[in-house]
Amino acid sequence: MSTEPLLAVRDLAVVIGGRHILHGVDLDVAPSGVTALLGRNGAGKTTTVRGVLGLVPRTGSVRFLGEETVRLPTHALVRRGIGYAPEDRGVFSALTVAENLRLAERPGAGEPAYALVHELFPELKTRARQLAGTLSGGQQQMVAIGRTLLNGNRLIIADEPTKGLAPKVVTEVAQVLERAAQAVPVLLVEQNLAMVRRLAEHCVVLADGRTAHRGPAAGLLADPEATRRLLGVGRRTDAVPEEHPMAPHDPGAAAAAADSAKGGA
Amino acid sequence: MSTVVLLAVTGLGLGALYFLVAAGLSLIFGLMDVLNFAHGALLSVGAYGTWWAADGHLPGAGSGGLGFVLAVCFGTAVGTVAAVLLELALIRPLYDRPREQVLATVGVGLAVPALLSAIWGPDARPFPGPAALSGTFGLLGAHIPVNRLVLIGAAAAVLVALRLFLGGTRHGLVVRAGVEDRAMVTALGIDVRRAFTLVFAIGGAAAALGGALGGLYYGSVDPGQGTSLLIFAFVVVVMGGMGSVAGAALAAVGVGLVQQFANYYTASGLGDLAVVVLLAALLLLKPRGITGRLA
Repeated sequence: MSTEPLLAVRDLAVVIGGRHILHGVDLDVAPSGVTALLGRNGAGKTTTVRGVLGLVPRTGSVRFLGEETVRLPTHALVRRGIGYAPEDRGVFSALTVAENLRLAERPGAGEPAYALVHELFPELKTRARQLAGTLSGGQQQMVAIGRTLLNGNRLIIADEPTKGLAPKVVTEVAQVLERAAQAVPVLLVEQNLAMVRRLAEHCVVLADGRTAHRGPAAGLLADPEATRRLLGVGRRTDAVPEEHPMAPHDPGAAAAAADSAKGGA
Repeated sequence: MSTVVLLAVTGLGLGALYFLVAAGLSLIFGLMDVLNFAHGALLSVGAYGTWWAADGHLPGAGSGGLGFVLAVCFGTAVGTVAAVLLELALIRPLYDRPREQVLATVGVGLAVPALLSAIWGPDARPFPGPAALSGTFGLLGAHIPVNRLVLIGAAAAVLVALRLFLGGTRHGLVVRAGVEDRAMVTALGIDVRRAFTLVFAIGGAAAALGGALGGLYYGSVDPGQGTSLLIFAFVVVVMGGMGSVAGAALAAVGVGLVQQFANYYTASGLGDLAVVVLLAALLLLKPRGITGRLA
């Protein structure tokens, strides 16, 4: 039982408005550590996550904690122990920081772990009464990740948590995820290969809405030919420098930031 | 002077009536993206429920004193139950089909007045109210009907109650969050459909209360009352900002006052036109409504 994946997705298909976004994604999240979900822009990473959670209509099989959940509505699946930090952070801008966190509380599911969240992100305590819409991108990401840590979840899903953040904040987010992953398995959607290199043990690569590769993260990253073929690293066509200051097109800077992150940890 | 005072209080009373309809309409649209064209029907249900009870059909209820309070409670309760049934039976099964959903609410909005007029006739029925509420009182030289004050007081109480509910309870928090991003609320493990039913119940109760007290204001009930009020309630919702209760309150006061004053000082009927002009002007200046923000 212990070797069974925490989350096992088989043949996940998503059709939106008559368009096939996913054709058959297979994905296992290991019962410990970080599993990275990789792929070029438009490969279907975010749709896969949303499909797993039931936020988009999907078919196939999604087994969580050994039970089939593909027929469960989103809220029922999430209550079984999933913390989700979406790509756009999903922060409620008209609510305060404290209210954003309070929403993530699950009545009847034990005491919310405010001590942990406030220890990791002291700013969430000092800014508790501030409207979340007035926070910086990094602070909003702290709210989003803080919400996933409040409930003693069995799995954390973080969709591009470093997207659009300043290098210093990327380091902070990496540290928090690294620490969280010691207690809870994490499914990490990420474009930043330095993050993947630092955090992930396993990886799943999507291409054109299908699983193209599964295996140890280190193995993939050590193979320049495979990373180029699967992730498009080295080709600059899909890179957006302003938005991804540490995106894979600039491995030098990314690696440097990761090194400085290790130094600061 | 006395005319201005009378117009102002009457305008506020009318605004109170608009607010009672618009508050629920605004929350329902803000949270669920449902344009509830059946909302006027809920007002009519409340009005007829109160009228029916006060007319002596409900034991204990009547046209005076506590009996009238009981009749208003009965009408409000019937409207609330109708709203919950509407959400569960018609709106919920159609969440994935917004076009059919709108058509369903339009259908109910047409069917209820037709049903009411089939049972009790198309003509206005005199509305029995307590003698204490049918008189007038003097304010700055004007003789003001007491029922205006009842409406204003009820709307103010509903506004305060809604603000307390939205700001101070977990259900209210879920509603405010859902107005902003429904999907994210479910992704936090919250069954947002329960909030939908709750908001329909609250909106239905407010509209039905508006119907019950609107009977006092107009002195009669007729099957088309809800539908004609609904149009102005929609104007109020758009002006106030979809999903904003405070915005709806401000806009309701503005619309009520403009309508009364314009109808009196220009030609009768121009008041309704003035409201539409006001709406257009506001939308040109502030496309997202008075508050410019959600909830």
